[in-house]
Amino acid sequence: MESCREARAMKSQSRPLSPHLQIYKFTLHMAMSISHRITGVALAVGTIVLMYWLASAAHGKEAYETAASVIGSWFGYLLIFGWSAALFYHLCNGIRHLFWDAGQGFEIEQIKKSGIVVLGAAAALTVLAWILGLAI
Amino acid sequence: MAEFNLPPNSRVKEGKTFRAPAGAKNIKVFKVYRYDPDSGENPRLDSYEIDLDNCGPMVLDALLKIKNEIDSTLTLRRSCREGICGSCSMNIDGLNTLACLKPIEDIKGDATVYPLPHMPVVKDLVPDLTVPYAQYASIEPWMQADTPAPGKGERLQSPEERAKLDGLWECILCFCCQTSCPSYWWNGDRYLGPAILLQASRWINDSRDEATGTRLDNLEDPFKLYRCHTIMNCTNTCPKGLNPAKAIADIKQKMIKRVL
Repeated sequence: MESCREARAMKSQSRPLSPHLQIYKFTLHMAMSISHRITGVALAVGTIVLMYWLASAAHGKEAYETAASVIGSWFGYLLIFGWSAALFYHLCNGIRHLFWDAGQGFEIEQIKKSGIVVLGAAAALTVLAWILGLAI
Repeated sequence: MAEFNLPPNSRVKEGKTFRAPAGAKNIKVFKVYRYDPDSGENPRLDSYEIDLDNCGPMVLDALLKIKNEIDSTLTLRRSCREGICGSCSMNIDGLNTLACLKPIEDIKGDATVYPLPHMPVVKDLVPDLTVPYAQYASIEPWMQADTPAPGKGERLQSPEERAKLDGLWECILCFCCQTSCPSYWWNGDRYLGPAILLQASRWINDSRDEATGTRLDNLEDPFKLYRCHTIMNCTNTCPKGLNPAKAIADIKQKMIKRVL
C-alpha cells in the first residue's frame, strides 16, 4: 500500500506540465490586466524620482539645479512621459476595477468596451496633460 | 514566485506528421499535443491532415476520426458529445473550450489542440484533475441545514429565491475557466480558482442552505478568494456562457456587506 502510494507520488512528480502562457491566446483584457500591474510598479519607481526632485529643492539651490537639469534632459522627459502615461492608464483602469468591485460591467461585451474606453481616456489625458504642461 | 517557463521535462518537441489520403481536397491540419508516460520522452506536437469532406463538424469529431482511423493511441476524455458532461475540455486554438461544442470552421489556419493549461498531464489530452476536485470537496458542495425540513419534508423556494441560482447551477465542472486563469496558474495550490468559487457562490446563494456564514468564513483568506484579480479569462472562456468572474465579485461583495 505504502509503496503503491509512493509510486503514484513519483509518477505525478514526473508528469509534464501542460503549456500555459506559451499557447494561451493573448486577449485585450488579459494584456490590460498585466499592464495594470506593470504600470503600478513603474509608478512606485517614479515616486522615488519625485522624492529626489523635492528633496533637492529642500537641500538648496545647487542641488535643485542639478536635479532640474537631469529631469529636464531629453531622457528625463522620456521617463516623465512614460510615467505620466502609466499614471493615467493606472488611474483609468483603476476606476474600471472599482466598477467591477461594485459588481458592475461583467458581461463580455462590457469588458471589451470598457477596456477600449480606458485606453482612449488614458491616451487623451496624457496628451492633454502634456499640452497643458508645455504651455505653462 | 511564478514560474513562467515550462520545466525541462515538459517542453514540447516536434512530432510526427500523418498525411491525408491521396485525393483529399478539403484538408485541415490538426496539431495535437501528445505525451506518452511509458516512453520517458518529452511531450510532442503531432500533425494530422484531416479531410474535412469526410469528417463531422466539431473538433471532437476530428479527434475521434484521428483515434478511429489514423492513430488509435490518441488519448482523450469524452462522453456526451453535446456539452453537458464537461469531459472533453481542452485548449483549442488558444482558448479553453469543450471539443464537442467547438466548430472546426471557427478555427482559422491550423487547429492546435492542447490539454487544459498548466496542469500535470497523465497522457496526451488527459490532465490530472486531482487538485481541483480536492478544492471542490473543500467548499463542501452540498446543502447544509440544522433546522428540520418543514411539514412534508420539502424545503420550498420562491421563484425569486430559485432565480438566484441561475447562471450558477449550470456549471458542469469542465474546468475550462479554472485552467484559463493566470492567477490559478501561479497560485493553484492555494487559490481556489474560478470554477470552485462559482460553485461556492452556488451554495452561498441557495436560500435553503443555512451555512452561509461558515461558507464565507472559510473563503475569508488572502489566497482562497482574493487571488482573483479580475483578469476575466474565466468569463471569456466558459463554454456554457456562465460568468465566474461575476460570481466571485458577488462573494467579495457579500464579504463586505456582512461586516458593514
